[in-house]
Amino acid sequence: MPSSTFIDHSSYRDSHIREILNNVNSIAMVGASATWNRPSNFVMKYLLQKGYKVIPVNPNTKEKEICGEKVFGDLASISGTVDMVDMFRPEHEAHELVEDAIKIGAKVFWMQLEIFNNNAAQLAEKAGLQVVMNRCPKIEYARLFGELGWGGINTGVISNSRRRLK
Amino acid sequence: MKKLHPQYGFNTLAVHAGTAPDPTTGARCFPIYQTSSYVFDDADHAASLFNLQAPGFIYSRLSNPTVAALEEKLATLEGGRGGTVTSSGHAAETLALFPLMAPGMEVIVANKLYGGTINLMGKSYRKFGWSAVFVDADNPEDFHRAVTEKTRAIFVENLANPGGVVIDLEAIAKVANEAGVPLVVDNTMATPYLSQPFEWGADIVVHSTTKFLSGQGNALGGVVIDSGKFAWLGNSKYPSLSEPSPEYNGLTFAETFGDLAYTMYSHAISLRDLGCSQSPMNAWITLNGIETLPLRIERHCSNALAVAQFLEKHPNVEWVSHAGLRSSPYYELGKKYLPAGTGSVFTFGVKGGYESGIKMLEMVELFSHVANLGDTHSLILHPASTTHRQLSEEQLIEAGAGAEVIRLSVGIECLEDLIADLDQALNSLYRSSN
Repeated sequence: MPSSTFIDHSSYRDSHIREILNNVNSIAMVGASATWNRPSNFVMKYLLQKGYKVIPVNPNTKEKEICGEKVFGDLASISGTVDMVDMFRPEHEAHELVEDAIKIGAKVFWMQLEIFNNNAAQLAEKAGLQVVMNRCPKIEYARLFGELGWGGINTGVISNSRRRLK
Repeated sequence: MKKLHPQYGFNTLAVHAGTAPDPTTGARCFPIYQTSSYVFDDADHAASLFNLQAPGFIYSRLSNPTVAALEEKLATLEGGRGGTVTSSGHAAETLALFPLMAPGMEVIVANKLYGGTINLMGKSYRKFGWSAVFVDADNPEDFHRAVTEKTRAIFVENLANPGGVVIDLEAIAKVANEAGVPLVVDNTMATPYLSQPFEWGADIVVHSTTKFLSGQGNALGGVVIDSGKFAWLGNSKYPSLSEPSPEYNGLTFAETFGDLAYTMYSHAISLRDLGCSQSPMNAWITLNGIETLPLRIERHCSNALAVAQFLEKHPNVEWVSHAGLRSSPYYELGKKYLPAGTGSVFTFGVKGGYESGIKMLEMVELFSHVANLGDTHSLILHPASTTHRQLSEEQLIEAGAGAEVIRLSVGIECLEDLIADLDQALNSLYRSSN
């Protein structure tokens, strides 16, 4: 594979993230917590509100559902399509999860804030997946689609076109 | 200067950041959302907002769209992660320290500050059980010596009141970093156009937006900007951010919000409880002011330096303290930290002390005698009898506000008119003292 297929993971272009968030529909969230005040639960609830299908993956929880969605023990057990895998797990688990993500035909492998794994990223990219590391899809969605600035946050987005109301 | 945006420069960001066209109406000028409250979609949406699970508006004491646009613009111009706008610069100082301090804790404070800040921190903070430890602003080693286990922050003015003083920011940031506490910098007098403290290692920046940012002396306001760089997570010195918050069902700000934690806390706890929020009208005035900040600051700086050079040669002037003058002890620091200009607020000493100082105020015609700075109008003040009058004689001298000191905030009028006005005032002063 030519090295140009590997993107620079230290700073993503907004267009890269925007394209991913516009194109995926179903997101398998590995490490989704059933406890409502955990960060993963915040993200899951928010993405559901934004119209994504979010499939919680958590082998440890006793709950059958999280945010009203059926919980799966691993990626391989999910019956429907998975466009993106969002990983709320320690970085050493990334490699195995990428292997599973490739098997189930996911198009995007996303690692949450503070999670980096370059080997896993290269494995995913070689298989044709798009990769995002050290970002949160909730924050990125809010940042790129006009809500994060409501909290006084520097979004870096400069636009002079009229944003379409969703 | 640090790159603030991958594509755009400072002047572009001053006009555009935070103020995209209104999605509902297409209004090009950012709207004034003059409302106290916001309709929820449904009970679940309301719950999400109250639980901090989704961005959105509840009540304008916590956040407001016009105020948020100002927050984003200022955070962008400082190269910060997020901003919290307040009702005044004073409110911003307290809000900046609120997530950091607790009863019994200490903040190390430079002694060259706006007199009101010396009072706020030295006297009123005692009522919260917060101790301000004042140190020599010119001596980073003094900051180092003042660090104790109870230190929770260091606070300085970048280009310090009442004028002409430049702080060695990089050296003080090093002290803060070694002590493991955030450095809070008041950047009011320099504005982000002249200096961006985050570039030198500051962690939090505050402003009185009333001054150069709004620029015409017409809207009170302040802001706290977080760099997003300080590591709060797991840091037991800052339990407000690093430990579960009982009022938000055990949520830990540093864990849930990462580098947004300080800004989220400042809205969800500090503004919610202290209530020092800015009015949408003032935020709108300030937003519009900032669009012309670069143009105004250039003129402010060039006028002020020329006025300082004129005064330095005037026979009735004892001394001039402006960091752009070669005679200034701060000339080298000014070149390092403020290469594009050392601001428009500075002090000079008139011959004849206190009496001459007071008389000078009565003689000028173009200069307005007011307790403000950073206005398009040129302003004049005698700190010892006004802004700094609650201070002791020793504090006055430490603060650079002795009896003979006059402070100018030079505006954007014709330079020759300003010089002519000061010249006639100084000359008549001389005649009257004879």
